[in-house]
Amino acid sequence: MSWPILYAQLVGVNRHSTSLGKVWLSVLFIFRVMVLVVAAESVWGDEQSDFTCNTLQPGCENVCYDQFFPVSHIRLWCLQLLFVSTPPLLVTMYVAYRNQRDRKRLLEGSGRSSFLSNKSQEEDLDTLKRRRLPIAGALWWTYAFSLLFRLLFEGGFMYALYVVYDGFHMPRLVQCDQWPCPNLVDCFVSRPTEKTIFTVFMTTISSICMVLNMAELSYLVAKAVTRSLCGQKERKRRSSREDA
Amino acid sequence: MNWASFYAVISGVNRHSTGIGRIWLSVLFIFRILVLVVAAESVWGDEKSGFTCNTQQPGCNSVCYDHFFPISHIRLWALQLILVSTPALLVAMHVAHRRHVDKRIYKLSGRSNPKDLEMIKTQKMKISGALWWTYVISLFFRIGFEVTFMYLFYMIYPGYKMIRLVKCDSYPCPNTVDCFVSRPTEKTVFTVFMLAVSGVCIILNIAEVLFLVGKAYGKHLHTAGESTVGAWIQQKLCS
Repeated sequence: MSWPILYAQLVGVNRHSTSLGKVWLSVLFIFRVMVLVVAAESVWGDEQSDFTCNTLQPGCENVCYDQFFPVSHIRLWCLQLLFVSTPPLLVTMYVAYRNQRDRKRLLEGSGRSSFLSNKSQEEDLDTLKRRRLPIAGALWWTYAFSLLFRLLFEGGFMYALYVVYDGFHMPRLVQCDQWPCPNLVDCFVSRPTEKTIFTVFMTTISSICMVLNMAELSYLVAKAVTRSLCGQKERKRRSSREDA
Repeated sequence: MNWASFYAVISGVNRHSTGIGRIWLSVLFIFRILVLVVAAESVWGDEKSGFTCNTQQPGCNSVCYDHFFPISHIRLWALQLILVSTPALLVAMHVAHRRHVDKRIYKLSGRSNPKDLEMIKTQKMKISGALWWTYVISLFFRIGFEVTFMYLFYMIYPGYKMIRLVKCDSYPCPNTVDCFVSRPTEKTVFTVFMLAVSGVCIILNIAEVLFLVGKAYGKHLHTAGESTVGAWIQQKLCS
């Protein structure tokens, strides 16, 4: 399982997304996954091997590294990207379920009316597969829930990173007195400035993604409200025409 | 997601680029991304492990390395290449939007023949009207990002030269210690090379902007005869 497989899955979701959803997907893959794979992983590559403590006591470095870095930034970001990418798959699953249901209806319908040729049935099935469903009804709710989950996961992981590392800044020096360290020892973190730069970058892009998700949710709500208002107007007009 | 998939995404935009745009894309991938992946990354591979200070004080190496190299060249170049390539996606998004609008118009006018819709997908968009503005704005963003990164490089690593020896006295180094950078000459060579190619890319982008402006102005003169620049701009905005 690797990033290209996830990309292939999510590209399928793209067809049923709004334009903001498509922008969100591009931002996710170019500015987060790509930067993670191409740049961030090499910055954190030597995080444990180059974590040096001012002591010769065996085990002290291991213990201090473990105390100050319970979960590496890279792993947190990988988990965040995986969690944030999965709600859109809810939408894909719902679309697949709808297509399956409509295909069954089409086949049952054509089975009864036997004069329909095979070719037109194939064409209908093909259009069913390739059509883009409008975001309305149950699909709207699925989409809105997937956006809410995305927002929750993004916010949750950003908060977790903030709490675990006490902010988004990587300190150069940490002081540790866990056993078996003989007393309070100075431990030096490898590449702290570069790590701070990348942490701030990834957090900024994460916030941009949250803003995109909120904008998409507002757009969906606004679209639904306008649709229901238009629907009401249309119904009023029709009933007044019938009365007249 | 790696440079190969990134190449697949960005080269999709190639279809709607001008000739100079395609040259720029080739220069980007061959002389920058490929050189970065194939050569530069191995030169900078031991940048931290090969950075040695004249002291046995634990932690002094780490601290001095961090002081003199806040961010590695390789990461800066990776970020530069990603940021410089993404304005092209603005053009791709605009093309996709235009295609969507064309499809709707076709469907409303009753031409929902799959052949016609397929033709919309494969036809090459003319760079005119709002697409022209999107393209030119994306070019300005590209130039902006390139220049910003060149300036950042100059600020962080003055003179673009990699020094052989740095003197460091940050805690916990006991006094001013000599620290030696690994492969300074090779790093200088690659830094100068990558900056030269970056300069070439800026020149290509400027040439493309001038080409587009010249082409659009030429077309306007040809079609409208005598008119003012204001009317030309108005036509560009409204077409």
